Order: sequence, then structure tokens, then C-alpha cells
Amino acid sequence: MAKIIVVTSGKGGVGKTTSSAALGTGIALKGHKTVIIDFDVGLRNLDLIMGCERRVVYDFVNVINKEATLNQALIKDKRTDGLYILPASQTRDKDALTLEGVDAVLKELAEEFDYIICDSPAGIERGAQMALYFADVAVVVTNPEVSSVRDSDRILGILQSKSRRAERGDAPIEEHLLITRYHPERVSAGEMLSVEDVEEILAIPLIGVIPESESVLKASNQGTPVILETESEAGLAYTDAVDRLMGEERPMRFLDVQRKGFFKRLLGG
Amino acid sequence: MGIFDYFKSKSQPSSASVAKDRLQIIVAHERSKRQQPDYLPQMQQEIIDVIRKYVQVDSKDVQIQLENIEDCSVLELNVTLPDQ
Ligand SMILES: Nc1ncnc2c1ncn2[C@@H]1O[C@H](COP(=O)(O)OP(=O)(O)O)[C@@H](O)[C@H]1O
Ligand SMILES: [Mg+2]
Repeated sequence: MAKIIVVTSGKGGVGKTTSSAALGTGIALKGHKTVIIDFDVGLRNLDLIMGCERRVVYDFVNVINKEATLNQALIKDKRTDGLYILPASQTRDKDALTLEGVDAVLKELAEEFDYIICDSPAGIERGAQMALYFADVAVVVTNPEVSSVRDSDRILGILQSKSRRAERGDAPIEEHLLITRYHPERVSAGEMLSVEDVEEILAIPLIGVIPESESVLKASNQGTPVILETESEAGLAYTDAVDRLMGEERPMRFLDVQRKGFFKRLLGG
Repeated sequence: MGIFDYFKSKSQPSSASVAKDRLQIIVAHERSKRQQPDYLPQMQQEIIDVIRKYVQVDSKDVQIQLENIEDCSVLELNVTLPDQ
């Protein structure tokens, strides 16, 4: 049985697409056949982050409308074995996705894949609800900042009431908190909510903390998922998060202020 | 910054702890609203209408709250009656 993981947040710009790309790549690297679906109709971006934007021919909506087969629309990742991308449509028609259509595509994917990652659009309305409806697992991406935390709590409410699992009375969606864009310096200065603060408010288990890192921007410039940057803290933090998602135990890293050595400071490291 | 400002700023809570307090309040409020049954707003309106048949009260003078205390739900009704 394929596992469906939604990467969701409510608020926009918190790191859902960055995280979908990183988690999907990390899971595939562990030998599981994985597909990442871009649910952000009209605002396709996953293709750019994954570096496959020039290979998009057909998209998710084409498959739903039977204008293309799934095999025609799926893009095989060039770097990671067993990883595929299903790009979003650029249509302006916000109703292009239907529950029946999404259900049919997910069912077909489930026959072939071990993991299906759904990169949710922002908001708590139809698009976001479509992305989370069929999920087994939710990764709730949250920045340590008031509006992001509040929106994450709203999304938790929707996961618990408007998903297929909730409507059928099945076991609830497994929820995980992924804190991104974390600044240990600002936390220790009392300017930013700490990991503990966010955990206490949202009260769901923590799967990882991704520090604010320049390497995320650099990786996105190049169209490489940041998890492949094994020198970068953000990349390593995503690797840890994938391990935890797979049930392994990993100590949290990069949560404390680093004292830069004289030479490192001198070299701007 | 003078020395007194320094002491003053030290005794003030950090902006992160202000953020945490505000979030805890709003999140608790929004959660309790989410958990309320769908019929509550309608029932609330009907209760107000019944009261109004007998006493002239404003809707803001009637407060209805559903509270969950352990495994028991309490419907609390507070009506401020006008002065005679
Ligand atoms: N850990 C991080 N450090 C620095 N920048 C980040 C980090 N995570 C995300 N970003 C940046 O934040 C912006 C929004 O990220 P994105 O993944 O597109 O968010 P979303 O999909 O939630 O809208 C992008 O510019 C991205 O490079
Ligand atoms: Mg996105």
C-alpha cells in the first residue's frame, strides 16, 4: 500500500515546496519509489525547485481530464533513482481539480509507488483541502512566527475534520510538525518563538527543525533539492527529518547558537 | 540608552514570550470554536428569541457558552436582565 503524505501549512511562503522536494528526494534515496505531486494549480513551482521545468509536457490536470496518461505526465528525476514528479497545471481554473479526479490519479499511482508526496498550495480553502483529503500522514510546515503558527493550528483542525479519514471515521491522519526557517540566534535573543514554544502550542510530535540557511536559496537557484547539499545544515536537517519520518531516532541538531571561531568569522564561513 | 532604560528593558518580557502568550490564547479560543457542535449558533439564536418573548433584551445581553469539562459538556446561559 502506498503511503500518502501531505506537506501543508495554511500560510504561504513557509517552505512547503522546499520541504516536499527535500522529503520526497530523501525518501527515494532510501530506496522507496516516490512521486511528488504539485497541487498548486496556477502557481506551478515544484518543477523549478526540482530542476525539471523544461521537461514538463503534460500536467496533473491533463491526466485528470484524460488528455494525457499518467506515464506521459510523470517526469523521472535525473538525479535520484525511483523519484518522479507530477507537475501542477498552469490553468487559472481553480476548480480544475476534483475530488473524484484526484482520487482516480492517486489510486493509479498507488499501484506503482510506495510514497506519494502532496505539495499543498497555501490557504485553508479548496486547493489545500484537496491536497490533504486523501492523506495518511501530514507534515505541517511551520515558521516560528505568530501567523504561521496560528495557520498551522487551523490546518490541524481541517486535517481532523475535513479529510477522508475524518469523514469515514478511520484512524486519524498521522500529524508531524516540521519547523523551518529557524534562527537559533534570534531565539536566544528572545526575538523568535523557540522550538519548545511552537511544540507546546501546536501539541503534535516534532519531525524536524530546519535552520534558516543560505543554501536553500542557492539550491533553489540551481534547481537542486537542498537535501542533496550534504555540506549544508538545512540539507542535513532534512535528512534527519526523513529518517525520523521512517521511524528512526535522530537527535535534533542545529538548534543552538554556534560560536563562530575567529578564523571562520574571518573567512565569513 | 540611559541606565534606567536598561533596567526597564530588562524587566520587560521578551517579544517572543509576548507572542507565545497571545498565540496560546487565540489558539485555545479557535479550537473551542471548532469543537462546538454545528447546531450551536442556531440554538443560540432560538434561545435568544424565546427570552425576547418575555423580556426585552439585547442579543449582547445573552451569553451562551458550551464548555467541555472532562467528559461532561456544560451549556452555560447568562442573561443580563434590564433594570426594572
Ligand atoms: N530553511 C530555509 N532557509 C532559508 N530560506 C528558506 C528556507 N525554507 C524556505 N526558504 C525560502 O522561503 C521561500 C518560500 O519557500 P517555499 O518552499 O516556496 O514555500 P511555500 O511552498 O510554503 O510557499 C523560498 O524563497 C525559499 O527559498
Ligand atoms: Mg509552494
